[in-house]
Amino acid sequence: MSVAGESRSTGMRHGINRRTLVGVAVFLLAVFVVIPLLIAASGRTDFYYTLTSVALLSIASAGVWLMFYIGRINIGQGAFALIGAYVSAILVTKAGMSFWLSLPIAGVFAAGVAVLIGLPILRLKGVYFAMISLVLTQVVTLAALALPITNGAKGITSIPLPGEVSILGLTLIPDFATMENSRLAFYYTACVLMVLTFAAMYRLVNSRLGHICRSMQQNEELASSIGINIAYIRVIVFAISSFLGGIGGAMFGAIAQSVYPSSFQVADSINFMLNCFLGGLGYVFGPMLGTLVLYFGWDLLFESGKYQLLIYASLLIFLMLVLPNGLLSIRLDRLRRTHR
Amino acid sequence: MEQILANGIYLGAQYAMIALGLTLIFALMNVLNFAHGQLYVLGGFVTYTFYGQFGLPFVVALAMSCLTLAIVGALLERYLFGPVIRRSAREESTMLLAAAIAFLLDAIILLVFGEKQRGVPKIVDGVFNWDFRVIMPYDRILICFLAILAIVAFISYMQFTKTGRALRALAQDRTAAQLMGVDTARYSMIGFALGAMLAGLVGGLLVTITGVNLGMGGPTSVKAFMMVMIGGAGVISGAIAGGIILGFMEAIGLAVLSQYGDITYLLIFISLMIFLAIRPQGLMGKPWG
Repeated sequence: MSVAGESRSTGMRHGINRRTLVGVAVFLLAVFVVIPLLIAASGRTDFYYTLTSVALLSIASAGVWLMFYIGRINIGQGAFALIGAYVSAILVTKAGMSFWLSLPIAGVFAAGVAVLIGLPILRLKGVYFAMISLVLTQVVTLAALALPITNGAKGITSIPLPGEVSILGLTLIPDFATMENSRLAFYYTACVLMVLTFAAMYRLVNSRLGHICRSMQQNEELASSIGINIAYIRVIVFAISSFLGGIGGAMFGAIAQSVYPSSFQVADSINFMLNCFLGGLGYVFGPMLGTLVLYFGWDLLFESGKYQLLIYASLLIFLMLVLPNGLLSIRLDRLRRTHR
Repeated sequence: MEQILANGIYLGAQYAMIALGLTLIFALMNVLNFAHGQLYVLGGFVTYTFYGQFGLPFVVALAMSCLTLAIVGALLERYLFGPVIRRSAREESTMLLAAAIAFLLDAIILLVFGEKQRGVPKIVDGVFNWDFRVIMPYDRILICFLAILAIVAFISYMQFTKTGRALRALAQDRTAAQLMGVDTARYSMIGFALGAMLAGLVGGLLVTITGVNLGMGGPTSVKAFMMVMIGGAGVISGAIAGGIILGFMEAIGLAVLSQYGDITYLLIFISLMIFLAIRPQGLMGKPWG
């Protein structure tokens, strides 16, 4: 943890070095050019859906990761994803709003709910916060079943696809419904959102707020004693986390064109947490890698039929035994060795 | 009114047993056992196999449930939780392990027992009817009685035996217990086995009434978490209090709010959140766990 933190902060001090820049360029090229070309060449367009899901889930997981960064285990991201999905769906179907406007509103609404709920429950620490956030997922699912505006168990269906965005007659985003390949469009949208999210996360982690977060992760009382308003910071971080959850959920609703109370459940909340764990809690890009590995692993194991869950769970346990500090910790070990 | 009280006691006794196992594991290992509900389901299926399929006496089937789950619990601690706790940088890593074990148990149960709802023949027939004020089938009364008996036995075990004393010492302060010569590795295993055994026992008891199916695991875990939060994590009296309180809330809610649809649980959750905002450590828990 501390090793990664130091190397990151020195990296910032000297500006972003060339290796990082090349890495980012390769990543962007792979995501926006190589993968679509490969998919077009192989004809496996179903991969678009898989990769879009990975991108969106990794956005929500990034929020959970940020909560880990201040030392809180958040198993309630499913709740905020569901809130985001419902807010966007209701705005689009009932108020006739453009999806692109409803997307940020969904995020902000989720963040607002997080502030309201967070003020009391963020006082809880450790396992207590983990349990209450798990309960939160259940509360939102039940609320979605009970409230009249969410249409109960039937959910909200046939949400129209995102429409056109234009400024002064210049089309910025074309209408998804008229497109012949809306999957590709969703893929690009999700990837852009993911890149933005992780760029923002990287920036945030290396900012003053990031340093404060790390100090809170290590010792909240100490952080508070040197004049950090910990109550304020943790509510802010919870709001950012939930904003990302809301955005991810709203996009998911738009792709599926439907939202049900069961769209995001306790199992999804746990999966968001697992993504972060698997990628490694000390690394900003951990949630992205974790989501990719978990989601793809699950998909690839589909071939194994009824043994899918068994193999998946065994692999998870095996990974946990071999790499208890996450996948990216392989890299950390290598760095440590070269430093010596 | 009497009916609600009777239902509350019946639900509370079962819930308290589930929460006891979870809180024991938490107190000893600081592990939030996501797989607790799955252990409960596994216990139900073992009893179903021995009592429902093989036609052995119910008591034997129940004993087999306890034995199987105790072995499963001991193995989980010895080969999975123990090594990961020793090696990982952050103690939260055990949560990933627990979640993965929950998936694994789900998969095993699915492969071995299938996904159908399973029930067993009643152990006693007949319905107790006190002037139509309290109506309760005899088997429920028997199960409730057995559950209370098991709780009393568990508490006396923890209070009056050497093992129980060692476990309590371990829960209070691991290092100090080790310095006093408690074999922490051995007693961690025993404690985990005991916690899993309680889950298996209650699963075996309840299979005679509600039956058992694969999907019960997750919701049971969530309920157990709630009870532990009400009472305070890692405290035995708290788990019992939490179980009984949740049992009564459910019984009262289902009786009073039934005409408004399924909002009992929503209200319970919301009141739990308000309660925890005022008293974060639960009724009897140590501050900040």
